[in-house]
Amino acid sequence: MERILFYSIAIIVIVFALASVASRKMLRSVIYLLFVLCGIAGLYFMIDYNFLAAIQLTVYAGGIVVLIIFSVLLVHHIELELEIAKFPKQIATGLLCLSGLGVFLYTLYSYDFHVIENNMTTTTQSIGEKLLSYEAGGFILPFEVVSVLLLAVMIGAIVLAKGKQKSKTN
Amino acid sequence: MITGISIYEILTVTSILFFIGVYGFITRKNLISILISIELILNASVVNFVVINKYLYPENLEGVLFAIFIIAVAAAETALAVSIIISLYRQIGSVEVKDTETMKY
Repeated sequence: MERILFYSIAIIVIVFALASVASRKMLRSVIYLLFVLCGIAGLYFMIDYNFLAAIQLTVYAGGIVVLIIFSVLLVHHIELELEIAKFPKQIATGLLCLSGLGVFLYTLYSYDFHVIENNMTTTTQSIGEKLLSYEAGGFILPFEVVSVLLLAVMIGAIVLAKGKQKSKTN
Repeated sequence: MITGISIYEILTVTSILFFIGVYGFITRKNLISILISIELILNASVVNFVVINKYLYPENLEGVLFAIFIIAVAAAETALAVSIIISLYRQIGSVEVKDTETMKY
């Protein structure tokens, strides 16, 4: 049962990733990316990380995809066909990526992972305690740094997207 | 962990996803398409963190926490990139890579 589910999720993810990279219509490409992200959230559910799957669905599928769709609608006509690389360059890039994938897989399959058989469930409570703990191995400092980063990005995005108009009024 | 699925199969799927992202990053000529390819690459690396944490070190939580931080940084990066693309579109009226010539050489 799990095998069938995993393989169908893997096929969905790979096929839609290929479609999103190859599609020449912008908006369709974004929607294919949405399918990929939902498939990866399903993978998190299968590995039993429910909190991470929820984050994936809310931040990626709910936030980032909507942001990209907004930028596509602001910037493009929906039916605009995109320019794509020339055919010899596509072939060369494909061969390069296939050889890189070959190196990856060769290294992967020649390494002996010491897998620990387990059925532990990670609760959201333990993630939160680890994220906010002051003790050695706690993650309070990166947590604060990321919150400051998000604030800076928010201000920076507003300034960047509004900059032109402001200079016009001056 | 998923019963009946070895770590090799999941890592194979994520490597394929990573290289699809690299292929799109090189071949596409549009800033938004390049952004989509970057999202694919980041997602593949996040799944790697999570899977290696679950299969090899199940009593630790570092992989999950790093995955959360990567997702936060990816969201920040996307917001900034979208605002840069929109302000670029206001200035030069295009989002193709070949038209953004100000800092090219």
